[in-house]
Amino acid sequence: MADLKLTQVIKRFGDLETIHGIDLDIKDGEFVVFVGPSGCGKSTLLRMIAGLEEITDGDIHIDNECVTRVPASKRGVAMVFQSYALYPHMTVRENMGFGLKMAKVSKHEITRRVDEAAQILQLGPLLDRKPKALSGGQRQRVAIGRTIVRNPKVFLFDEPLSNLDAELRVKMRVEIAKLHGELRNTMIYVTHDQTEAMTLADKIVVLRSGNVEQVGSPLELYLNPANDFVAGFIGSPQMNFINCEVLAVTADMLRLRFPCGLETDMPAMTANVKAGDNLKLGIRPEHVLEDASGELVICVDVDVVEHLGGSTFVYADYAGDISMTLQVGGLSDINGKDKREISFNRHYCHLFNEAGKSIGLRKDALELKAAEKMLPMAG
Amino acid sequence: MEPKSVTRLQPDIQEQKPRRRYVFLMSTPALLGLFMFLVIPFFMAVGMSFTDQRLLSPNETSWVGLRNYDRLLNVSGMVQEPVRDEAGQLVLDGDGQVEYPRLRTLLRSDPAMADYKLFSSWDLGEKRYIVLAKDPHFIQSFINTLLFVLLVVPLQCGLALALALLINRQLRGIFLYRTVFFSPVVTSIVVVSIVWSFLYHKDLGLFNHYLQAMSFGLIGPIDWLGDPAWSMPSIVIMSAWQAAGVQMLIFLAGLQGISPDLYEAADLDGAGPWSKFWHITLPGLRNTVVFVVISTTIQAFGLFTQVDVMTQGGPQGSTSTVMYHAVTKGFREQDIAYGSAISVIFFLVILGIALFQKRLFDSKGDK
Ligand SMILES: Nc1ncnc2c1ncn2[C@@H]1O[C@H](COP(=O)(O)OP(=O)(O)OP(=O)(O)O)[C@@H](O)[C@H]1O
Ligand SMILES: [Mg+2]
Repeated sequence: MADLKLTQVIKRFGDLETIHGIDLDIKDGEFVVFVGPSGCGKSTLLRMIAGLEEITDGDIHIDNECVTRVPASKRGVAMVFQSYALYPHMTVRENMGFGLKMAKVSKHEITRRVDEAAQILQLGPLLDRKPKALSGGQRQRVAIGRTIVRNPKVFLFDEPLSNLDAELRVKMRVEIAKLHGELRNTMIYVTHDQTEAMTLADKIVVLRSGNVEQVGSPLELYLNPANDFVAGFIGSPQMNFINCEVLAVTADMLRLRFPCGLETDMPAMTANVKAGDNLKLGIRPEHVLEDASGELVICVDVDVVEHLGGSTFVYADYAGDISMTLQVGGLSDINGKDKREISFNRHYCHLFNEAGKSIGLRKDALELKAAEKMLPMAG
Repeated sequence: MEPKSVTRLQPDIQEQKPRRRYVFLMSTPALLGLFMFLVIPFFMAVGMSFTDQRLLSPNETSWVGLRNYDRLLNVSGMVQEPVRDEAGQLVLDGDGQVEYPRLRTLLRSDPAMADYKLFSSWDLGEKRYIVLAKDPHFIQSFINTLLFVLLVVPLQCGLALALALLINRQLRGIFLYRTVFFSPVVTSIVVVSIVWSFLYHKDLGLFNHYLQAMSFGLIGPIDWLGDPAWSMPSIVIMSAWQAAGVQMLIFLAGLQGISPDLYEAADLDGAGPWSKFWHITLPGLRNTVVFVVISTTIQAFGLFTQVDVMTQGGPQGSTSTVMYHAVTKGFREQDIAYGSAISVIFFLVILGIALFQKRLFDSKGDK
């Protein structure tokens, strides 16, 4: 059980700096997920915490103890690798007990702890098999079992589910969530699957090219992304962005002009905005309405419609070259190649200034819910 | 997968015939060479080993049955009582040693024993135990060869593995080391043997100079190639050094096949360098080790050139090997039939050992 603290952690490979001074506070028992696009440094950061990668500069504290120069095995961390990294010639039991054996724990104690972990993960009947004779999901469970046995202060997972098929992924995701519920250890989990991030995390850390873009709970990132990158990265399908011009600024309102000429007022933090600025207005696909019943109505050319039954995805072009995605609950009467009016409400809109920073008003889940009820919905 | 399912759909004959023709066409040159220089000579050797053919001889060749094999393999034993005078007292020779009847006289007198020669003898109690062989040189060569194999295989494989471990890392200029370690392999073994003969020289050799310098004159000079006790080890050391590069490359390939994740997992598990070697590297190299050990063993059995160049089988037959003996008998003494018999026996021995090794490794892998 442990807190984890990163202070100004920097990683350089030769002259190439890939992690640029990251600060992070992780509380005891938290499930933290690192997300970000490929190559942003998630694995590198995780491996630095594990002690597999040298820390060029900065400090890492586990349990208020500086472990920057402590070797991997002494940090009290355990890691699940993307490739599982099971020792191929050892049985499942030997694989799980290897760390304890190296720590000179007694045979009896090893057996007891391996059996206990096997019990949690339902690995009992597989204990005498070699990894070769296991399915992908079973291997993954063994890899997790290997970390449980050591009872580490911090669990580290590097894209543990990426080698599994979709169905198994969902199943293992639930199992990992359950495991965290049972063990209550600090866990850090790297993924670029944002469903995993949203469902598992107490706290998500969004990384982009070696920098932390935002840290927060899944819902916080969804409702109040700090910038357009986070807004685009969290949520699926991706948020729609529309470039708007600022016509006038008041204390808490901006007058915006949409590319199609529509002019409207939008509440915002107007401190550093002036007339003539270009802003990005973001609206999530699930908040776009398929008809003109919303507050802001725009006209789009429908491109493709995907009927999934439970929901319908509509891909359309707005004002020539802006692609818009709509997610419509249930079935829809939109057809491909339609010309069509769609709309959305102001309180769902996000605003980002030219630097990409959010200047929209803070959203709150309950307030949003309430606002939704008050508005006239499409009938 | 696509093309496979397509071929399945077509009738077998149409598809198979041209393909089979290509198979034959493509493999013909290799097969031709294999037959001309390996398979046919081998069967000729088997045939010849039952005759008395000589390399250049006016005499008609005739079948002699198993005579060559008898000469090759026949070993016999004998126990001698010391010579006693009429009173039953032991007769002592000039040095005060117990005297035994002259062996040669004994063998000559018995027609059944006339072909035997002394291989080895030792005195125990008041008796002399004698091992006789029809070709004591062969027996000696056979033992020498086994000794060579027993010494050189662990040394060469160990050296190769050590070198492979050393250069299996991302360091700048590592290819230079790889080249250096591999260079003896591409150097002619004859050249290497000649150079090492100088290095091993008793008075002028570099090794003795170093030995004496480093031990402040306490050790040596060792007569590396002239002392029967040192001659075989000297050849072993040189051979291992010369050939280890090949096995090193094979080990290197094997090492690169081991996932680096395993080492990192072991790091987290708290395994030290030794544990990592023992629990990850060695098991990961299992198949490589099997291959390297078997191929090195077979190669070691063929020891010839080094002996031919450096010692000509001496001193006192201490470095003569089966191959060397076969060539000496077959070509230098022109008894090609006998040489063939040696090769045939040798082939069977190597085959047996290779099969045994494979069985051994296989059964280990199963557990
Ligand atoms: N050993 C190395 N030497 C040089 N550069 C490296 C090394 N390892 C990683 N990098 C660089 O560091 C950056 C971060 O890599 P990292 O593996 O952490 O990305 P990631 O976020 O885990 O990506 P992915 O989602 O694809 O796994 C990349 O730009 C990569 O090229
Ligand atoms: Mg990665």
